[in-house]
Amino acid sequence: MTTTTGPHPTRRLILQGTASVVLFGLGNLAFAPARAAANDKYPEDAFKQKSEADAIKALYGKTAEPSEKVKLDAPEIAENGAVVPISVTTTLDKVTSISFFVAENPNALAASYRIPDGTMPSIANRLKMAKTTNVVAIVEADGKLFSATKEVKVTVGGCGG
Amino acid sequence: MAIRRRDFLKSTAAVAASLGLPRRARGAEAASIYDIERFGNARILHTTDTHAQLNPVYFREPSVNIGIGEMSGRPPHLVARAFLERFGIRPDSADAYAFTSVEFEKSAGRFGKLGGFAHLKTLIDRLRADVGDKHAMLVDGGDLWQGTGLANTLQGRDMVEVANLLGIEAMTGHWEFTYGEQALRDNLEHFKGEFLAQNVFLTEEAAFNDSPAFDKASGRVFKPSIIKELSGHRVAVIGQAFPYVPIAHPKRFTPDWTFGIREEELQKHVDALRGTDKVDAVILLSHNGMDVDLKLATRVTGIDVILGGHTHDAVPQPIPMKNAGGTTLVTNAGSNGKFLAVLDLALDKGKVGDVRYHLLPVYSELLKPDPAMAELIGKLRAPVVTDWSEKIATPDRLLYRRDNFAGPVDELICTALRTELNAEIALSPGFRWGLTALSGQPITMEDVLAETAITYPETYVQEMTGAQIKDVLEDVCDNLFNTDPYYQQGGDMVRAGGLSYTCAPANTMGSRISELKLDNGRAISASHHYKVAGWASVNGQQGAPVWDVVGRYLRSGRMFQERLGAGVTLKGVDGNPGIAG
Repeated sequence: MTTTTGPHPTRRLILQGTASVVLFGLGNLAFAPARAAANDKYPEDAFKQKSEADAIKALYGKTAEPSEKVKLDAPEIAENGAVVPISVTTTLDKVTSISFFVAENPNALAASYRIPDGTMPSIANRLKMAKTTNVVAIVEADGKLFSATKEVKVTVGGCGG
Repeated sequence: MAIRRRDFLKSTAAVAASLGLPRRARGAEAASIYDIERFGNARILHTTDTHAQLNPVYFREPSVNIGIGEMSGRPPHLVARAFLERFGIRPDSADAYAFTSVEFEKSAGRFGKLGGFAHLKTLIDRLRADVGDKHAMLVDGGDLWQGTGLANTLQGRDMVEVANLLGIEAMTGHWEFTYGEQALRDNLEHFKGEFLAQNVFLTEEAAFNDSPAFDKASGRVFKPSIIKELSGHRVAVIGQAFPYVPIAHPKRFTPDWTFGIREEELQKHVDALRGTDKVDAVILLSHNGMDVDLKLATRVTGIDVILGGHTHDAVPQPIPMKNAGGTTLVTNAGSNGKFLAVLDLALDKGKVGDVRYHLLPVYSELLKPDPAMAELIGKLRAPVVTDWSEKIATPDRLLYRRDNFAGPVDELICTALRTELNAEIALSPGFRWGLTALSGQPITMEDVLAETAITYPETYVQEMTGAQIKDVLEDVCDNLFNTDPYYQQGGDMVRAGGLSYTCAPANTMGSRISELKLDNGRAISASHHYKVAGWASVNGQQGAPVWDVVGRYLRSGRMFQERLGAGVTLKGVDGNPGIAG
């Protein structure tokens, strides 16, 4: 889960004119409702879903197709499962939102960002991961959904070499 | 020990494994195996994973090194006969002894120890002189500062002095990081070469706190590369540190740094070296491990040769890998000072015309130790090592470590842990360093330290459920056998004492380990609690250092009274050439 305790990300993007925002995956902290424009209604139902498929359905009401235009950057093996740095950029046009799902977290939807018109679609955030699983990024562009997936290993550690 | 020149002559002697060329018999002088035919206009000498072994060693190569998926049957996952056949090495030769486990004990008596820095120094100086110093450079792939009691006590400072005298011009690191940032930086102040790592960055917090970094803008902690002029051509050497330092070792040693393979940053850096700096060759000095390097070579373009280490694979010939920009050669140069890699390049404007590669075993009996290095080694060792010279046990069998699942050294450590700490089960890390001891030859505390000397040696005893034990085994097993090498950390399977199990390496994570049983034959129950002893935990522990526990056990004279050996039954890998027949 993520939170928007400060200004809503979309607003911050406009205010700072920056290309990306950094949010910290705050695990199971209580959720502060977004205080922004009426059309940015907090997707409570989507965040409650257990599975990735159900969360995508609740959030978007449609399915995504994999696309090489969605560039998901995540470590192969997490250095710390509590704060895994994961980012997305895309060359797709007319991007309206970017969302992150961690397949085997208790609740799959980790974060969802609205991208205002004219903003560079680039998001970096840190997500909490319960265990080794797929991270899925979905980019909504021109009304369609595009995805990229990468497995991130959360290990107990220990070495050879 | 007398030099058994005849034995070396009888062996094929030719250690040259020139790319694509047949192995050639060499002349009458034994030492002539080090006469390398001149080729090209630049020579790069490469050592790696010496693990601070100052003196010559016995080190048995693995008889089990299984490759799964694409890695099955491909170097480095060939052992014993399969290895000899692949590289055209005669079974009774000195090379067979150096590169494989075939008839190790018998050959150890014939060919003696390998490595040693005084011997390496002689060989390196000779190979430099052969081409002229201006045409040669020496690089080291890391794991240079760790592996002995001496290095551990001095936090690697002994090896910095040795590296300076040897003339190492660039290195990267792995265990070097386990001394912590301060000790690492102190050592580097004394190091005359460059410490290179393109893939170590400040964490966001450390960058925010203005922690020291080579390049504040990118957050790169160390210099990523150097450019050296050889015969009027510009050769770039990029350092690639072990990508998983904060995962494989306690995070407390490197709290401000974040690692990773960092393919994208690497590609950008290669492109900049080619485009902006107009270099003629790009070499990656890598501590990724061979499987990771083989994959990386198919994805990153513009690298001519990856000089690899970490997985301790002595691979006589480079493996060519195709990528979108051409071909990258991948090597791995063994461990413990046993080998010196010689890469001869025919450099042209903006490209490498051709290469020759030799992985030379450092036969200590064929090389006269360099007097200056021998003196330095004596000086470094004298004040510290004397305390560890008492003979504490005499093994009745060959003691070695390397194999995917088990080895007598670790069986001994597990038995010591279980006995001394009164535990049902012992777990011991699957390190690939650590020496081989011959049967009937006494061992000392210095030998015990050569198997155990790390900066987090504390032992522990804890209760674990059967399910937790299985989870640990599954987790480590995936580090070895994940079909995607980028998800492997290198090293071997965690060693288990008092516990037997079945392993199916080709299965997926979570389904490889089954049939866990205690030594008494009783099945491990998922919910039952077991008393487990171990060491080298990534979490802080408080127990006595493992070398004290093992030393105490050996002194008690019980060494091999107990049955040793945890049975690991392998499933689904019959006929895999990574298992000695």
